[in-house]
Amino acid sequence: MSRWLPFDRQLREVEADIQKLERLLTASGISDERRVRLREEVAALRRRQEQVTREVFEMLTAWDNVLLARHVDRPYTLDYIGAIFDDFVELHGDRRFGDDPAVVAGLASLNGQRAAVIGHQKGRDVKERQFRNFGSARPEGYRKAARVMRLAEKLQMPVISFVDTPAAESRLEAEERGIANAIAENLELMSVLQTPIVVVIIGEGGSGGAIGIAVGDHVMMLQHAIYSVIPPESCAVILEAFGRDPSRGPEAAEALRLSAQQTLDLGAVDEIIPEPLGGAHKDPVAAAQSVKEAITRALQRLSAMPPEELLTARYRKLRGFDHFREA
Amino acid sequence: MSERENESRPTDGVPAGLWAKCQKCGEMLYQRELEEDLYVCRHCGYHRRLSARERIAITADSGSFHERDRNLRSSDPLHFPGYPEKLADYAGRTGLSDPLVWGECTIEGMPAVLVVVDFNFQGGSMGAALGEKFVRAAEHAAEQRCPLVAFLCSGGARMQEGIVSLLQMAKTAAAVARLRQAHIPYLTVGTDPLTAGVFASFASLGDVAIAEQGAIMGFAGPRVIEAAFKIKLPPGSHTAEFQHQHGMVDQVVTRRELRPLLVRLLRLLSPRPSGDRTEVPLGEATDE
Repeated sequence: MSRWLPFDRQLREVEADIQKLERLLTASGISDERRVRLREEVAALRRRQEQVTREVFEMLTAWDNVLLARHVDRPYTLDYIGAIFDDFVELHGDRRFGDDPAVVAGLASLNGQRAAVIGHQKGRDVKERQFRNFGSARPEGYRKAARVMRLAEKLQMPVISFVDTPAAESRLEAEERGIANAIAENLELMSVLQTPIVVVIIGEGGSGGAIGIAVGDHVMMLQHAIYSVIPPESCAVILEAFGRDPSRGPEAAEALRLSAQQTLDLGAVDEIIPEPLGGAHKDPVAAAQSVKEAITRALQRLSAMPPEELLTARYRKLRGFDHFREA
Repeated sequence: MSERENESRPTDGVPAGLWAKCQKCGEMLYQRELEEDLYVCRHCGYHRRLSARERIAITADSGSFHERDRNLRSSDPLHFPGYPEKLADYAGRTGLSDPLVWGECTIEGMPAVLVVVDFNFQGGSMGAALGEKFVRAAEHAAEQRCPLVAFLCSGGARMQEGIVSLLQMAKTAAAVARLRQAHIPYLTVGTDPLTAGVFASFASLGDVAIAEQGAIMGFAGPRVIEAAFKIKLPPGSHTAEFQHQHGMVDQVVTRRELRPLLVRLLRLLSPRPSGDRTEVPLGEATDE
């Protein structure tokens, strides 16, 4: 079903072999002749690796894309924040109930300009994953984001939002504190917030949990990110079209059209940010650089717009998600 | 995401006979009495789900409802397997083209824009047509400067429209924001069941939120949670009463109490009270 996942593993093995050879190259007491030969071999391996990667990535399935978007090595929000901003001070707490580690928020400096930053945060190892609740935000997370967005509006600085969540937290405690209300209020707030909002979907754009911080003037998606109304596995379980069978998630992924290109074609995002060959995790520095450039470009354009024009354009965009018929 | 979409609980399929059976306690109910009781079981108090037509009939002044956008329906933006057939099937069964029905009406003489979502049409799920119809209703309420009253139930966003349906959450919330800027009151009534994408967007943004007794209300449907996390939820979670207890709903009332409460609220909220003016002397003085 997935060509990419086994390939990605293989790729890592090849990479390890190449690195071994490179270490050998730097060792002392190696003859010039051998050094030249080894160098050629390394170069040949790299060329081959790149070619195979290109071939595999030209034929990615929707399911490959889902796995890529969820890849544990993929850069997360704090990775981008660290790489993109000159400075970042994190702010904690929603001033209502608590602090949600599944959402980070704070004040940052981008190319010397002030900005407010919000984003979902996933964890990499078991402990951190639990701490970050797998990137599933609770009501406090959405309300913290709201608080920081209001601050951005007050101080007239743009909001930059990084989206990467499987879904919003939905267990009882979240329900008791109004998870639906927290998301709904963010949707309303972001539709009228009087300052530019730039959104980047960096990994998983998981349904209501994602859109709760994903309304903006310019919404971008990394090339291998996904944006979906429901996880494909759950979709397969619910719909008769997939026999209510969770193992048919890959088919549901195909049907849901959740890739960046398809999302762009449907008019749900405004721009795709290309990723390094093999995915953002293969070269996080280059990926962050692309994201930084895209955000900078978007902010330059949006900052030049008079506030009224900005809000009119935002409403027109939201109003325009209109795939319907009248007959 | 509508978990109950395929549950067979016909609400307008009651046999044309004299008797109907309560779907909860199984008692036989005399059809004429059941109608008088607003389809609430007089034995166990179960509130049978209403079709949009039935809801409008017991809410709007007789003959006052004028439906708008009756033929607005979903397209199939994703070319999703089996979706057009499904839409046609629901249209045939309900006589509707979308779960959301809206129009102008009067309630006790007071003008209102009325929105009703019918669960029988694909679990009241929100696709692009539902989003558009809600926005038009809200915009119309703002233009006419009369309150928006919405009876809402839904299984959530409509999977078959993928990301297009998810974006309706933002679109409908933006319309509510505009209503707020226009100082137009927005009243929601949560009916069974109200969950997921609709509950997490325009349905949670009412100035006043009422819910009908016993309605399932929650971000995730309780059965979804129990299956996904392999847990047993405490009885009564994810209900209107639970949401009220946790501060998300102003009042939970029986169907019998609903209309009188609505009328009082409309008198207190309407921008230009056109009902019994003598009862609301302060209305005009404080407005504008």
